[in-house]
This record gives sequence, C-alpha cells and structure tokens, in this order.
Amino acid sequence: MIVEEIMKTEITTLTPSDSLETAILLMGQKKIRHIPIINDKKELIGLITERDIKNAAPSLLHRKTEMTSDAPIKDYMKTNIITGHPLDFVEEVAGIFYEHKIGCMPILREQKLVGIITSTDLLHTLVELTGANQPGSQIEVKVPNRTGILYEVAGILRKNNVNIHSVLVYPDKTDSASKIIVLRIRTMNPIKVIENLKENGHHVLWPNLPGV
Amino acid sequence: MKRDAVFIYSNELLSYRFSDNHPFNQMRIKLTLDLLSEIKAISKSDIIAPRVATDEELLLNHEPSYVEAVKSAGRFQLTNEVAESFGLGTEDTPIFQNMHHASALSVGGTLSAVDEVMSGRYSHALHLGGGLHHGFRGKASGFCIYNDCSVALKYLQEKYNARVLYIDTDAHHGDGVQWSFYDDENICTVSIHETGRYLFPGTGHVNEWGTGKGYGYSFNIPLDAFTEDESWLECYTTAVKEIAEYFKPDVILTQNGADAHYYDPLTHLSATMSIYREIPKLAHELAHKHCNGKWIAVGGGGYDIWRVVPRAWSLLWLEMTNNTNIERTIPQAWLEKWQPKARVPLISTWDDPENMYEPIPRKNEITEKNKQTLERALHMIRRNG
Repeated sequence: MIVEEIMKTEITTLTPSDSLETAILLMGQKKIRHIPIINDKKELIGLITERDIKNAAPSLLHRKTEMTSDAPIKDYMKTNIITGHPLDFVEEVAGIFYEHKIGCMPILREQKLVGIITSTDLLHTLVELTGANQPGSQIEVKVPNRTGILYEVAGILRKNNVNIHSVLVYPDKTDSASKIIVLRIRTMNPIKVIENLKENGHHVLWPNLPGV
Repeated sequence: MKRDAVFIYSNELLSYRFSDNHPFNQMRIKLTLDLLSEIKAISKSDIIAPRVATDEELLLNHEPSYVEAVKSAGRFQLTNEVAESFGLGTEDTPIFQNMHHASALSVGGTLSAVDEVMSGRYSHALHLGGGLHHGFRGKASGFCIYNDCSVALKYLQEKYNARVLYIDTDAHHGDGVQWSFYDDENICTVSIHETGRYLFPGTGHVNEWGTGKGYGYSFNIPLDAFTEDESWLECYTTAVKEIAEYFKPDVILTQNGADAHYYDPLTHLSATMSIYREIPKLAHELAHKHCNGKWIAVGGGGYDIWRVVPRAWSLLWLEMTNNTNIERTIPQAWLEKWQPKARVPLISTWDDPENMYEPIPRKNEITEKNKQTLERALHMIRRNG
C-alpha cells in the first residue's frame, strides 16, 4: 500500500506571515494538530504543530516572554521537516514516524505540497485492514512455518466454496517454528470448514467450540 | 375487547428450508408449538396464519432487482455469477425451489403481527418465522433472504407513523436492520451480541451510533466470548431500560434469536435458559410502561433446535400471555415424542441443570470488560440525561 492511497489531499495550510493566533484558532476549529506552511508556489516552507505552540507559550516556571499572539508563524515554525513522496510505502512511513517520534508527514511531489499523512490516518488504515466491512466470521489457525501451508489452508476453503475477505499471517510468539493465520471468511456457519481443517491435521485456535 | 397475545403460525412456514444439514431449521417452530400445546398454554384460537408479503411491501426495504433475482433463483433460472452477486447460492444461503414464496411468507407473518397489534385487536403478537435480521437491501446474508424486521419497521413507519424501538438479543449483530435505518431518527436499533471480533457478521461496534439525523439512534453492546448469565443480563437490563426511557417509543419490536446459549453450535457465549425468562419479561414491562402494551416479537437465530430453542421460545409466549407459573419439568409426552428424532439427550426441565459447563477462568475480566463496553454504549444518553 502506498501513501498516495491513504493521504489527505484537502490540506489546511497557512503562510509564513500569518499570525500565531490564526494558527491556534484554525487548529481548534478544524480539530487538527499540524499545519503546513507554504509559499505562493505551494512549496513547503515550514510546519507548525500543537507541540510548537505549547512550547512557545509562556510557562509558569519562566519569566514573561515577549511572545504575543499576533507574532508571525515564521518565528515559531519548524523548518527542518521530514517529508515523504506519494509513492512511499505505508510501512516505511510508519517506520519513520516510530523512529523520529513524529506524528505528521507532509507529502511532496516535485517540491509542491500534495498531501499530508498523520499517525491517526495510519491507525485508521490498520483498523480497516483488520476489520470487518463485509459480513464474515473469524478463524485462527496455528500452522508449521513451512512453504505451501497457506496453499493447503486456502485449498480447504476453496473446497468448501467459501470466500475469503482477508488474511493475516504473523509469527507465533510462543513458538518460533509456527505461524498464526487469521482469516475473515464470508460465512455465518464455519463448522464444516473447521472440521475439514482439523481432519487435515491443522490446529484451529479459534473458534474452540465446546466438545468439538 | 383487546386480547393479550396472538401467535402467528402455519405449517407452511416450514417451507423456508435450505437442506437437510443446514443449521437454520424451522422445525424448531413446530417443536415449540408442540411443547406449548402439551402444557396447554396455547389453543387453536390463539393462532393466526401468516399472510404472504406483496412485492410492494417487500420493496419497502428491498431493491427491485434483488426481488426479481430471488424469484428467478426459486425457479432455478439464475446463473451462478448473478446469484453470487446477490449473495444467493452460497453455503450459507443456498437456492431452493420457490424460495421467494417461502421468504415472502416469513415477511408477511411479521406484517400480520404488526397489523394485529397496531389495529388494537391484540396487545402483543409473536411470529417465530421472522427475525431474519441479516438480510440486506440488495443481497442475502447469513441465512436471511428477505429481512422481515426491516420491512416491518418501514411498514410501521409508513402505515402507522410509529416511532419504534427495535431490540435484538440474537447472539449475532443485527446488521441488516441497523444499516437499513442508520440515518433514521424515528427507528432506534439496539443490538446486544457476541463481539464481531470473532463472530459473524463482524460489525456491531460500540461506536456505530448512526449517521446524519440517525446519529444517536443506533446502539450496540458487543460482549466478549464466554460471557455468562449475570454479565449478559446486567448489560441487557441496564441498556434496554435506559434506552427505552431516552427514546420513548410508540411500539417495541423485539428480535428473539435464541443462540446466546452455551449449547449453541455457532456461537461462543455461555448463557443459560435463565436469560430467556428475563429477556421477554423486561420487554413486556417496558411495552406496558411506554407503549400501552404494544409489543411485536419475532424469532431469529437458534441452532440447537432440540435442547435450547423450544424452551426459550416457549418461555417467550408464556411471558406474553402472563402464564409463567409453570411446572419445573417438561412434559414426558413431549420428550418421548421427540427424543427418537433428536441426536442429543433432551433436557427434561425448564431450567438448565446445574454445572452445565466448566467454570470460565476469565470470568471476572470478561465481566469487567463488558461493564466498560456498556458504559461506552450509554455514555451519550447519560451525558445528556
């Protein structure tokens, strides 16, 4: 999945000469925490975040600052910004967020701002990928980590004429020789599928029915 | 003079039948009626036959192309590809002869129930052949072809201008009904079910509040797998009381799927027959408190047709007719008649035996989590209250 598929393209922006007060009002109004600062050519000049505003505000511990709310943003914005490209992989972007402890990345194409992606967008995507937007049931199978296993499991579903909505394969934390396959399948009645899986020697973790 | 309750039934309801091995088996309605007859809790004069829903009525909720597809399917004139796009001809919802007629009868039964109550002839009506809450506007799903609940709710709105509270206690999320009225502020849908994290259909999250005008008129209480009676009832009772108070309906429609029981083969909750005494009791009470008694109840899921469904649905009728003071044991005649057909030993008492299942190790955590879910589900109405 690339960033282009999930980034927001309708972006709230400001210019370097806009005031801090405008930034604060805009963040409250639009319920956002990051505002890219651009010039008239739509090139990215800086970024102002909720954190920057909090840092700039007078603190109880220090003497009064000279900051006033009509100060221009350019005095407080970040200029050393990490940006991305529409063709970047979502996983890489997530990795960058984690490594640099950032929450937002402006996306540029040919130096111009074309999108923005935040950690909230990444979380939302995760929910969509693992979630249920089509009616189905969940099945979890623990399998040995060897080639052809997914083919076997999928084959059983095919034999039962059951459509697969999604598949996740992840390592088994308790056993390095195993993997866990999580499937969402389009059926209300998974009993036959589970029976077939068990008959073929597969270890079905869920559902674990009483007596079955 | 207004009578208490009417039972909608005819043998024709048994024609909604997929195959010999399919878990959805309307034989359970016959078993229920038989049991009620055996304890003399019902007589011929309590029973009215369901009518067949007209195309116009079906189109209150369903798309014309879908209805045409179902008709063709029932004449075996639908190709596989087209069938699949309408959710037909799957393992869940196989094609069978005359399926349109059987499904239209199921819908018509619920409409008959609505008419009997709204006309004032009866306070309550029970149609066990209905409750097919997974049916979508243009697609079959989860054993449901036409969604009688959605059609009936639309019918109640258009013919009777009613504000209806829909309470769904089936173990599966009442998705078809919720989505049909998601933007409607005059139909309040409440579903308490096993969490969609594991169980079909996967939806029914706490934050499915409705949209547009309907925001705040859709409620979901997803419970953890292995939830037992106490926690299930705490959530049901608290939620339904508060929501009824908040919404103040003109009439209550309850979907009474009997699959939250420990023995149900498709689900993973651990409730006992106790909840099937309490569920209709509260619905009955609230109907009299808010709606002058107007209460329509339909069936739904329930896949242990021998050990669970007949008792659960009988208790529903007994509550409706104020006849809950019954013997402890199930009549011998009924047990002897049906034991040969059942592949499991039938339960001989109205209540389940003690120690029906092994103690659940995570009981406290499950209870705590469910309480949290309940609070999240009600926070909007509590905040404004």
